[in-house]
Amino acid sequence: MVDVTLAFGERVVLKDCSLDIVEGAITCIIGLSGAGKSTILRLLDGLLLPDAGHVYVRGKDICHMTEEQRNEVRKKISLSFQFSALLDSLTVGENVALPLREHTRLSEAEIRRTVMDALESVGLTDAYENLPAELSGGMLKRAGFARAIVTRPELVLYDEPTTGLDPIVTNLITDTILRLRAKLGGTAVVISHDLPSIFAMADYVAMLFEGGIIAYDTADRIRSSRNPIVAQFLEGSEVGPIPI
Amino acid sequence: MKMLDRFGRATTNFFEYAGGVTLLSAESVGFMARLRIRAGETVSQCAILGVQSIVIVILTALFTGMVISLESAQQAVAYGFSGFVGGAVAYGTVRELGPMLTAVVVAGRVGSAIAAELGSMVVTEQIEALRSMGLQPARFLVVPRLTALLLMLPLLTIFADVVSIAGGMWVAQAYAHIPYATFLSSVRQSIDFPDVVKGLIKSFVFATIIVMVGAYQGLSTRGGAAGVGQAVTGAVVLAIILIFASNFVLSFLLFG
Repeated sequence: MVDVTLAFGERVVLKDCSLDIVEGAITCIIGLSGAGKSTILRLLDGLLLPDAGHVYVRGKDICHMTEEQRNEVRKKISLSFQFSALLDSLTVGENVALPLREHTRLSEAEIRRTVMDALESVGLTDAYENLPAELSGGMLKRAGFARAIVTRPELVLYDEPTTGLDPIVTNLITDTILRLRAKLGGTAVVISHDLPSIFAMADYVAMLFEGGIIAYDTADRIRSSRNPIVAQFLEGSEVGPIPI
Repeated sequence: MKMLDRFGRATTNFFEYAGGVTLLSAESVGFMARLRIRAGETVSQCAILGVQSIVIVILTALFTGMVISLESAQQAVAYGFSGFVGGAVAYGTVRELGPMLTAVVVAGRVGSAIAAELGSMVVTEQIEALRSMGLQPARFLVVPRLTALLLMLPLLTIFADVVSIAGGMWVAQAYAHIPYATFLSSVRQSIDFPDVVKGLIKSFVFATIIVMVGAYQGLSTRGGAAGVGQAVTGAVVLAIILIFASNFVLSFLLFG
């Protein structure tokens, strides 16, 4: 992302925001609620277009593509949604199979095998025939991961994967992301507020504040950052430059 | 100044809405023209939108036909024109009431369901999920519903025409002692095949209105549950108004 500015009505969410995602790494984006973290994911996926600036995916500016061209790019990118966003009229198996049915010429047997592989990666093979409404929050997230990785995308975007989950399921989700990365490779961008989970999985951490990236470095360096905003955020302190 | 501001906003909103519905319709028709139709989902929608509407359409048509017959039979018997009751019922039903009442009933049931379903999908990010997978909501969701209702609404209209005339025939016989043969003979004399076809042409237009307004309302839902409620209300009210308005235009063009 280069010098991206985006406003919703009067509210400027991102202002001249630049971020260069490192290929093959897990990059976590942290920041206050409503800072625009999820907006960055949607910009990277071409679901939102900036008012100014450019978003490059593998060197191509997706802002100046037709929707059809962007759809081609999206085949290499997957977005795992905060509330999983599985289609509630389809079973888990059908949800995970959807991108394969729509974008590939695989036979039904091959699709089923690939879907079962993806579900196995997230520990959900038993949920193949279940409807999303029959799953718990953690299972829904993992089913969403399975749909996100089933096409083996080059870039996976995780929107708040651990929000609202208990500590045990949070650990399970964090492990799942790490295992998927180890198994599939590729690049991942994770939005999260859960600091233990972030530092367990992140290679790089970027902090978004007041419309721009104010710190972007390896996870270890961010953890020991002297930037007062970053330090206050990581400490969870009410005292500091971040207005409460 | 405020008046002018409001007028400007209303005008902008109107053109934005009209443009949005037109673009969605053009996109959907484009997919249909290229035969990019999900057959399984279309069959399923035929059952949901069409077959499940049969009872409500039949009941509405039955009572409408019976009322027309009751009112016209009263007058006809009084003035000695009982042989024209069948014609009156059939003429009004096949050309106007059959297509229009069927569309209004289906708009209430199906238009609201489409807006509610798509609206819920918007607020739960399912539409965004489709887009992120490179799938077009118009092809995935709108085209099956539009194809299904274009097939089912004319069939429902034929059902409605037949049931309405049958109901009218029964009331004419029971209330005014008009023989079935006399009633049917009058029906045959007053309507012909082109009348039926023109009525069905109307139902194609009405089907397009119901689906496109419902789908656009649903897909442009903002906010949570309240937004879905507004989308549903808007879909039904606007579809019914457009059905009445377009019925006038179509009647003028087809029968005028």
